[in-house]
Amino acid sequence: MTTESSGSSMDPMVLIAALYVFALAAFLGYQVISRVPPLLHTPLMSATNAISGISLVGSLVIAGAYEFNGHKLLAGGVGSKPSWVTLMGFVAVFTATVNVVSGFGLTDRMLKMFRRDTGKKEVKKA
Amino acid sequence: MEATQHLALAPNYILEFTYLVASILFVFGLKGLSHPDTARRGMFLAEGGMAAAIIGTLFHQDIQFFGWIIAGLILGSLVGAAFAIWVPMTAMPQRTALSHAFGAVAAALVGIAEFTMHHETMSLFTRSALGLEVMLGTLTTTGSLIACGKLQGVIRGTPIQFKGQQYLNMLIFLSMAGCFGYSLYHPMASLVFYGMCALGLLFGVMLVIPIGSADMPVVMSLLNSYAGLSSAATGFVLGNNILIIAGTLDGFSGFILSILMCKAMNRSITNVLFGGFGAVHHDAGPGAKGEMREISLDDAAVRLAYANKVVFVPGYGLATAQAQHAVRDLANALEDRGVTVKYGIHPVAGRMPGHMNVLLAEANVPYDELYEMDRINPEMASTDVAVVVGANDVVNPDARDNANSPIAGMPIIEVDRAKSVIVLKRGQGRGFSGLENPLFFKSVTSMLYGDAKSSLSQLAQEVKKV
Repeated sequence: MTTESSGSSMDPMVLIAALYVFALAAFLGYQVISRVPPLLHTPLMSATNAISGISLVGSLVIAGAYEFNGHKLLAGGVGSKPSWVTLMGFVAVFTATVNVVSGFGLTDRMLKMFRRDTGKKEVKKA
Repeated sequence: MEATQHLALAPNYILEFTYLVASILFVFGLKGLSHPDTARRGMFLAEGGMAAAIIGTLFHQDIQFFGWIIAGLILGSLVGAAFAIWVPMTAMPQRTALSHAFGAVAAALVGIAEFTMHHETMSLFTRSALGLEVMLGTLTTTGSLIACGKLQGVIRGTPIQFKGQQYLNMLIFLSMAGCFGYSLYHPMASLVFYGMCALGLLFGVMLVIPIGSADMPVVMSLLNSYAGLSSAATGFVLGNNILIIAGTLDGFSGFILSILMCKAMNRSITNVLFGGFGAVHHDAGPGAKGEMREISLDDAAVRLAYANKVVFVPGYGLATAQAQHAVRDLANALEDRGVTVKYGIHPVAGRMPGHMNVLLAEANVPYDELYEMDRINPEMASTDVAVVVGANDVVNPDARDNANSPIAGMPIIEVDRAKSVIVLKRGQGRGFSGLENPLFFKSVTSMLYGDAKSSLSQLAQEVKKV
């Protein structure tokens, strides 16, 4: 388990599988999203934003894979790399989490407001 | 050796299965958004998928240090919750632009971190995906921040243009693409790679500053698309399918919205991005002539009170005046008198797709009273009073009648076909695009000057007295 694990995207079969996933997801996305009515376009944007906050799973691994060492960070050079990467991972975890939490939270807050006409029409007809 | 290991996920069947389930839940969640009744349930599914994916990842074998992760998760949750609770609906466009920036920052940083640790061992394909990820990520970051600044009013909303701007932009873009191409074949040249990141940040700024506020719905959708595609590219770099799926869904959603918004303005994406629309057009034909007729509050209230059918047409002015509740109060007063009230919503009214619908829903307007442009136009001829609240270009008859108009061919809400029109307007000036609007001079039109919110609440009072 040294450098060959980087082969996950080098392996042509894995690459081809990833392209299949991309093409099918694009097709599926087109089908599903073109059915969303203009009424809900703002919640849609907010929801897809929250969903793409899934990049958090990549950020988590980066923020937690290496040891952070303040002295090495300040010393610079090659030794400072893992600490820099950890900091980048931390910022990425932070921004992605903000997107996930605020994206889903706001989507729900908006969707709660959309309601049908309740009862008023009957009152008028009477 | 752990530290030098590539971060791509090694086969871990439980985690992969969790990701698969989460991906399916995401798709179901978006499918729920096809109707307001199923939307919330759909989102609960997507939230469940997200929670499962995040918790599953915390058990990932490469994660050995939890301090920074926990700090990031807690801080992010606090800030995110604050946004979710306190951001007012009128500020949704700014908030959305900011979240595009945040998503793009995360994708760009993951890419830069991967490059920093592993650029020696990456395959050509991984390097290309990484380059795309970082370019899209950096330009979306600064582009979205500029868009957010314009929407918040921190940066001037009118287009910022100068001579040779397009050549300069082209130069920046080509340099960035050059760095990308060079770093594909010279993986050790990290300076070139970091130069590409810097050019990406610069390009994002240059791309958005020449675009006027009125074109924000298209820009927001495009940045949405870039942020998503950047996440998808991250998925290719890490060999992670859920990132590819979620990023692609986000990217395509933004892409579809951009096309819809462009159609609603009868313009191409290139025209929006490079046209610098919203600069004051002095050569917009002869311009409408004549006098605007002013109407008093009392007269307007009487006209509304004795109408059979009233259609409200809101625009961005509704958001700036925070007048959504006042509209609702007036509509209530009218409905109590038996007047039929509908709302005509133009796709690009406001500053982001669906902006007006959310504002009116916040003011408790039932969504079956919100009519899309194509559904409200056939009803215009039978409408007694059309009330235009802070909208301008989307009701400009020049788009239909004057082939020389800069907005010629843009579909509009045809309020001028109604029996009478009342336009609520701050003053006599032109709208955001600087175009003259002949609607204001038509014989059916009366102008009611003043702040939309106070005019509407006074109208509601008067209608109750009639």
